[in-house]
Amino acid sequence: MGMREAGISLAGTLIVVFARFITAVRGRWDGVAPAEEQRIYFANHASHGDFVLIWTVLPRRMRFATRPVAGSDYWLKSSLRRFIGRDVFNAVLIDRDRERRTSDPIVQMTEALDAGSSLIVFPEGTRNTTDARLLPFKSGLFHLAQARPNVALVPVWIDNLNRVMPKGEFVPVPLICTVTFGAALSIAETETKQQFLARAEAALLALSPKASAP
Amino acid sequence: MTMPHPDLVAVLGCLLAVLVLASAVGYVLQRRLSPDGSNAVVENLNDRIRAWWIMVVLMGLALIGGKTGVTLLFAFCSFAALREFITLTNTRRADHWALAAGFFIMLPVQYYLIWIEWYGLYSIFIPVYAFLLMPIVAAARGDTEHFLVRIAEVQWALMICVFCTSHVPALLSLDIPGYQGRNVLLIAFLVIVVQMSDVLQYVWGKLLGRTKIAPRLSPSKTVEGFIGGALSATAVGAALSWMTPFTPLQAAFLALVIVLMGFFGGLVMSAIKRDRGIKDWGHLIAGHGGFLDRLDSVVFSAPIFFHLVRYGWSTT
Repeated sequence: MGMREAGISLAGTLIVVFARFITAVRGRWDGVAPAEEQRIYFANHASHGDFVLIWTVLPRRMRFATRPVAGSDYWLKSSLRRFIGRDVFNAVLIDRDRERRTSDPIVQMTEALDAGSSLIVFPEGTRNTTDARLLPFKSGLFHLAQARPNVALVPVWIDNLNRVMPKGEFVPVPLICTVTFGAALSIAETETKQQFLARAEAALLALSPKASAP
Repeated sequence: MTMPHPDLVAVLGCLLAVLVLASAVGYVLQRRLSPDGSNAVVENLNDRIRAWWIMVVLMGLALIGGKTGVTLLFAFCSFAALREFITLTNTRRADHWALAAGFFIMLPVQYYLIWIEWYGLYSIFIPVYAFLLMPIVAAARGDTEHFLVRIAEVQWALMICVFCTSHVPALLSLDIPGYQGRNVLLIAFLVIVVQMSDVLQYVWGKLLGRTKIAPRLSPSKTVEGFIGGALSATAVGAALSWMTPFTPLQAAFLALVIVLMGFFGGLVMSAIKRDRGIKDWGHLIAGHGGFLDRLDSVVFSAPIFFHLVRYGWSTT
């Protein structure tokens, strides 16, 4: 292993240790087992640390086969972010600007899937800073599911991380977080975009602890 | 590093012997009653025994490490407990800086004051300074919704998780004539009595428990378990007087105080859990729930034990 790979591996370990120190995060595999099969994990998005938490609770071998999909506008901004986003997490960086972008995000994602990776996507498209538990899904998840209908879609609810690190703060407050994996779904042949996205949203919301609270 | 005191070695040796015995019993029970892992009581018992191993080993290492080891261990316990407690509060975005200050300023400063043995300041740092400063930080953000509830919750969390817990390592600062260099044994005495009281109450409750003592707070606690556990833990305390500066009668009295405070502290913490609709504070220790589930009785008894010993035996 070269110096560079060692540095990347060390940075990955440090990030996981830090995430555990702050959040004592626990993964709950409620609908699927942590098995090594190809998956698209779709999660609620409240913080830049979201994929770090999912990554932390994945078993080590699955971690390196799972690539987060993230906005290049944020992750290419500074050399530290580039290192973390591109090198440590091996993120699929997509351009969210429809007008200027040169590559199609769905093509980038299907290429990553065809190369054997699993993906972490945030179908809300942006961080949710509202009081609503979930923003309406963008159509990306639908197009991705249509393009690769055989890959299992696993809903993942990340709880509490928005309180650890609200938008605009830079010191995290240590709080216990959980990451809940629900039962996989797949797109039906006849399903319309609205039907599928509504079903995916409902599957994700059902994992939120507040959904089961009295 | 100096060699640990022979009394400490003896105590740790006894604890290891008890754990070896417990593990052997757990193993036999598992082979007999739960070979396929289906008997929940046996599985829980074995989870608990495994967690006890980790706790005793950590505690033993900390005690052998002396002041540094004990202060670091309890600072970490405070951190983990505070993390569990704050998770369940109603804090809002506007409390962010107050909470960050609680974790990253108040907690380290309190343990630093314990470390330099500044009794006059660590006794009032959180009850006075944190009490006044934290609401100011929260108020500066201008969010008044549930303000009194929010600041009260944060202060309560700091008092329980940091202030009270820090009185365990503070026992090392006491100066008891004829007992120099053995103060870590006071911590061992406190922790053993509290934890034996929990275990013995559980055992007596399982054997004889009929009458629920606080059905709304803690349905598993019974009058029989409480009386049997309190008396036998007091006896354990008296039997441990050889490692303390106390006579057997004094040790029994202090053990009884520890047991009573621990028991009622457990009820208070149960009331909070009920209020928030949860069963355990966290999930870090298999079979035990969170740090606070294991720490609650120590938290309530530590400051009282500290002050009784300080007024009765210490020259500082």
